Order: sequence, then C-alpha cells, then structure tokens
Amino acid sequence: MASKLTTSNRSGWLFAFPGFGLITLFIVVPFFFAFWLSLTNQRLISPNPTEFVGLSNYERLLSVGVIDIDPEQDENGNLLRDDNGDLVYPRVRTFTRNNPDFAGYEGMREWFRWNSGDTAKVVVATDVVFWKSLTNTLMFVLIVAPVQGGLALCLALLINQRLRGINIYRAIYFMPVVVSIVVVSLLWRFIYDGNDGLLNNILSALSFGMFEGRDWLGNPNTALGSIIGMSIWQAVGFHMVIWLAGLQTISPTLYEAASIEGANKWQTFRYVTWPGLRNTAILVLIVITMQAFALFAQIDVMTNGGPLDSTTTLVFQAVERGYGKQDISGGATISVVLFLMVLTISMIQRYLTREK
Amino acid sequence: MKSTLKLTTALVFGACLSSAAAAQTELTMWYHGAGNEVESNIINQIVSDFNASQSDWVVSLESFPQGAYNDSVVAAALAGNLPDILDVDGPVMPNWAWAGYMQPLPIDESVIENFLPGPKGYWDGELYSIGLWDAAVALVTRQSTLDALGLRTPTLEEPWNLQEFMAALDAAKASGEFDYPLDLGMAWTGEWYPYAFSPFLQSFGGDIVDRSTYQTAEGALNGDAAMAFGEWWQGLFANGYAPGTSQDPADRDGGFIDGKYAFSWNGNWAALGALNAHDDTLFLPAPDFGNGSTIGAASWQFGVSASSEHPEGAAAFIQFALQDQYLADFSNGIGLIPATASSAQMTENYADGGPMAVFFELTEAQALVRPVTPGYVVQAKVFEKALADIANGADVADTLDAAVDEINADIAANNGYGH
Repeated sequence: MASKLTTSNRSGWLFAFPGFGLITLFIVVPFFFAFWLSLTNQRLISPNPTEFVGLSNYERLLSVGVIDIDPEQDENGNLLRDDNGDLVYPRVRTFTRNNPDFAGYEGMREWFRWNSGDTAKVVVATDVVFWKSLTNTLMFVLIVAPVQGGLALCLALLINQRLRGINIYRAIYFMPVVVSIVVVSLLWRFIYDGNDGLLNNILSALSFGMFEGRDWLGNPNTALGSIIGMSIWQAVGFHMVIWLAGLQTISPTLYEAASIEGANKWQTFRYVTWPGLRNTAILVLIVITMQAFALFAQIDVMTNGGPLDSTTTLVFQAVERGYGKQDISGGATISVVLFLMVLTISMIQRYLTREK
Repeated sequence: MKSTLKLTTALVFGACLSSAAAAQTELTMWYHGAGNEVESNIINQIVSDFNASQSDWVVSLESFPQGAYNDSVVAAALAGNLPDILDVDGPVMPNWAWAGYMQPLPIDESVIENFLPGPKGYWDGELYSIGLWDAAVALVTRQSTLDALGLRTPTLEEPWNLQEFMAALDAAKASGEFDYPLDLGMAWTGEWYPYAFSPFLQSFGGDIVDRSTYQTAEGALNGDAAMAFGEWWQGLFANGYAPGTSQDPADRDGGFIDGKYAFSWNGNWAALGALNAHDDTLFLPAPDFGNGSTIGAASWQFGVSASSEHPEGAAAFIQFALQDQYLADFSNGIGLIPATASSAQMTENYADGGPMAVFFELTEAQALVRPVTPGYVVQAKVFEKALADIANGADVADTLDAAVDEINADIAANNGYGH
C-alpha cells in the first residue's frame, strides 16, 4: 500500500496536490491552530500578550453541578406556599452569588430543574448558553438527519421515472439548493412573520379564520421548529440528487428479474432498491449529520440565537464569541468540542453501517 | 502617425501627472459610508478640496459599507495594512486605541473648543478622534396626540417623570387608537440597544459598568436601580405598551408615521421623515426616571491609525474637515447634528427656529457618552442580549446577574483593559 502510494503514482499525487494543499491550508492547519488557541487566552484584539492557560477554557465551558434546594419554611417548620399552593424556593442566585458555603458553584446559573419530593434539584452550569446551544444543535441534528434524508429519498423515487416533463420537477426540487442560504433565510423570515406573514395567512385561510396568527420566530416554543422546517426544505434537493444518482446505478435487470418473480412494489423497494442504495444511504446520512452540526447562516439571519437562546447553536456561539465578543480562545474551545463530537458521531455511524 | 502622436501625448501627460504626485505624500483614508450617494459626495468633496488646498499631501479615499467596516479595520490591523486616516464609531474608539490601532490625534485643543462634548473622543486623557457631527434620540410624538390624550408637553427643564410617562402610555393605550402606545425600535438589533436604551438604565440610576473604575459591573448592572429598570423594561412588553423583539422592521421605519404608535423613541436621522409626514411632530426630551434625563452621544469620528508614518498630514486633513462649512454640509445632506453651534446656524434644520433645532438642545443638555472603555465593545453585546432576553420574559435578576458575570469575566480576561 505504502509503496503504491509513494512511488508508482507520481502523477496521481500531482493531480491530488491542489485539493490536498487547500484542505491542509484551510482545514487541517486551522484545526490544529484552534486546538492550540483553546489552551490560551488569545483575544481578537488586544495589546496583552497571549498566555497559556491550560484547560481553563474547557473548565469554564463544561462545568455543571447540581444543587439541592429545600423549600422555604416559616419559624415553625411549616412549608411556605404561594398563592397557587406551590412551594416557595429560595432563588438560585442566593447560592451561586457571594455565598461562601457554596463556593464551588460561584457564578453558575440555572440550566433546568426537577423535583425530587419537596426538594428541587437544580442543574447549574457556568456557561448555560453553551449547554443550550448544545441541546439545540443536537435536537436539530436528530430531527433533520432522518426527516431530510427520508424526504429526499421519497422525492428521488418520485422523479426517478420516465415521464414527460420530469426534468421540470427535478429542477424545481433542486432550486432552493442553488439559491444562497442567506437569501432563503431572509425570504423565510417574511414567510414566518408574525403580523401578516405568508404562513399565517395560508393557515388562516385554510382554517377559515380559525387559526390565530402567531409569531413563529419570536416565540421560544416555535422558533427552533420553524428553522428546522425551513432548513429541511432548503437542502432536501441536494440529497435528492445524491439518492437519484444512487438509484440510477441499480441495474434495470434486477428490477426485471424482480417483476418476473412477481414482486410487488414494496418488495421491489425492500429487496432490490434499498440494498442497492446502501452506500448512498451512508453517504447521505453522514453528510446531513455534518451539515446539520454546522448550522449557522439561518440562525445568524433569522433569529440571532433568540428568543431566550431557543435557537442558538454551537457554530453560532463560536462565531459570536470569537468575533462579536473578541474572545478567540472561547470560540476556538467551542470549535474543538464540536469537532470531537462530530468525529465521534461520524465514527459511530461508520461502525454501525460497516460491511458485515 | 496620428496614433503615435496621441500615444506620445499620453505618455508625456502621464509622466507629468506622476511627477506631480511624487512631490506630494500620499495619505490613505477609510470611510464607512459606501452605498450612500449623498454622504459619498460630501466626503469626496472634502477630500478634493483638501488636496487642492495645499501641495504637501494628497488624500485617497476608500469607502466601505458600514456593516463590513469594523471587521475590515480589525482584519487590516491584524495584517498590518491600516490606512493613515481612520473613521471610527465613537464608543469603539477606546477599544482600537487600547489595542494599538490608533495614535493620539495631534490637533490643537483650541480648534475644537466649541465642539459639543459627544464628538470629542478622549481615551486615557488624550484626544484620539473627533467627529463632524453627533446624533441624538428623542421621544417623537405629535401635538395632536398630546392634545387628544390631555397630556402636558414636557420640556428640557421639566421632562416627564416615571409616573407621567407611564400615565401617558396608559392614556394612549386606553384611547384604543394605536397598535401600541410606544415604539422603542426593538427591530433594530445591534448598537441601537446600548445606544438608545442604556440611557434609560442610567436615568434609573444604574449603568452598564461602574464608571468610577471600569473594573466591574457588579452593583451597576445588577444593583437595586438596575433591577427596578429591568422590571420596568419587562413590564413595557408584558403589559402590551411596546412591540417586542419580533417587531417588523417595516413598522419600525414607518409605523409612527402611519399612526400605529403614539410615541416613538427615535433618532434625529428619522426626524425629517416624521416632520414631512406630520407638521405637528414633536421631539420630546427623554423622561426622567429619577436620576436625570440622559440620551446617548458620540457618532462616527475621524482619527489617525497607529501605523501611519505621517500623523501630521492626517491631522492636517482632519483639521481641514472640521470647518463649519463641512459640518453643515453633512448635516444638510444626511440630517446629522452639526458639532458646533456656529455650524448649526448654517444648516436648514438645526438653525435657531429650525424644525430639528430641538435635537441640538437635547444633545447639549442631556448627552452622555457610552462607557469610555475598551471593553465597551463586549459590554454592548452583553447588554443587548440581556435587554432582549428580559423583553422576552427572562427573569430580570438572573439575566442581569449573568450579564454582570460575563462583563466581569471579560474585564478580568483582559487584565482590566488598561484603566
């Protein structure tokens, strides 16, 4: 293997050089650079010298803890209740700010809580925004990867037919892919507009005025879902083309054989088409996963991470911190964490889909 | 034959040009106003006037769109390619000066003694930048609205207090004639938030950062005054007084003119549009929430980059640009507040009795610059997010605490920002 790569293949290396060179220069080198920066206190703009700070950036980013908070009691030991009859708990800030008894939790903020008996278990984190970005990003990936991949396969099956004018449909489905994501995001901002956006108007017309317009991007409950829907629509055409390429590599003789055997449509798909798409499926899954982890432009154009951090993502935070808040080392730390996550997930996917 | 002659002429002519240029030293200048034709014409006029007025320097101008300007400067600074003359947003200047992008501006104090305080950019006791204009914000409404609602017209001497202000909003809400009583401009993200809304916080008695040391925000941004401000701020949106962060940008631009809002918190740049739409438009001073009325100050200014080899040439250009005539040109062209009283008299809108003269008075009386610290760039972002979150219903105390922690961590990470 080594000799084949190094000696007898000079022109091959020559051809590969531009690609390898660019990848090294703009992906491999910056990655090692980011890894180094995440161990320093590098700022975007600063007259202060850069110092090595070890893992403190990671510590600040990843620290979480759980505080048990007991409900408030009056002098006789009875539990206090508010007007709704709910227990009253002291504020988290009384523990995490200037409280020497809880020094380990200094500066932490509540991420979420649950109740165990009367005691509230409060999960606190130094960097709540990071954890929210992480969960938003994972949520986005978990929904987008299967839905977008499946939808793209359905579209590919639909347009993989010899019908008159099928190319028009192919072009229509593919069109959102070639339009800049920034333009698409701006257009969808109008569609989702809370006052008289297109979506509100359509839903209101379809329900004969029953549906009350809502502010899709302005409500923490619908903002991420809106962005997921729009993102799936935007890139589905790209994966449709990959599926289509896979479909067209399946030999027609297999389909003929299946129909001679009397296979119905579902059996043909299950035992001919799907096995033939195996490698395509792996590619589509990994590509969608990686693209979904890199979610940035939609957020930057449509919501800026709001409302209430409901749409903030890891890449958005990396950029926001690195450039917006001039904290290059903080942005680099997020990038490294993201890289390790995507690497792990891709390797698990490779392992699960390996040739047995 | 004919073409040879032409060629020779061109060569000779070209040689003359280049030898003429060689006698002068070239100064480069960057400006943020690309895309605005009127603004470009004015700045080009100043540059060509300056180049014609003397034979030592020749300034060449490069314009950038405002959105990409700061990034371009930072990138150029990292690459060592800064121009001689820089255009800088007032509150950002300390950051660039501290980072070593700029050097003190060598012009005589007497030249700028009549200037409004906002356009003068001081950092570390030295003048680094000077602006040809300032900007101001007012509570825009109509005399007919005040009359219909039976409200007193507030004055500079006697602005509305908190109770009067909220009573005015209540009256507007009760009239049922408006979508919302108050338009704060929540659709304008970015620098608008700290510029327009931190004066409210200051009027309550808080601030973005403790200005006595600039080393902490504890107590300033999460003290009792700031908590009161936060609760009031949240109430504006929770109780339907003002549209929140999802306000349609088109409503921000045209909503007041269309009568959707009774009051609009807006800048002098939007004043002409409102005046043209309604003759009885009024520009009221900021309410006094207990600690005096304040509005933001400082807009774009000129300074000299640290890498410039000819600071005296750059300063000569800047001083040339400070003539009243140019101050008035900018004001007439794009509606800015001229930086001196004498130039204000030369403008259409800001001369005594002019329709926007009130803005000059507002700036003179109420203007307070944003925190003069290199950390402001980060603090502005933190403040913006905190205000957006509170408007969206986040817990006031927790949000302000988090903002304080983030600001303090940033100050510590920068070794106190050189204060």
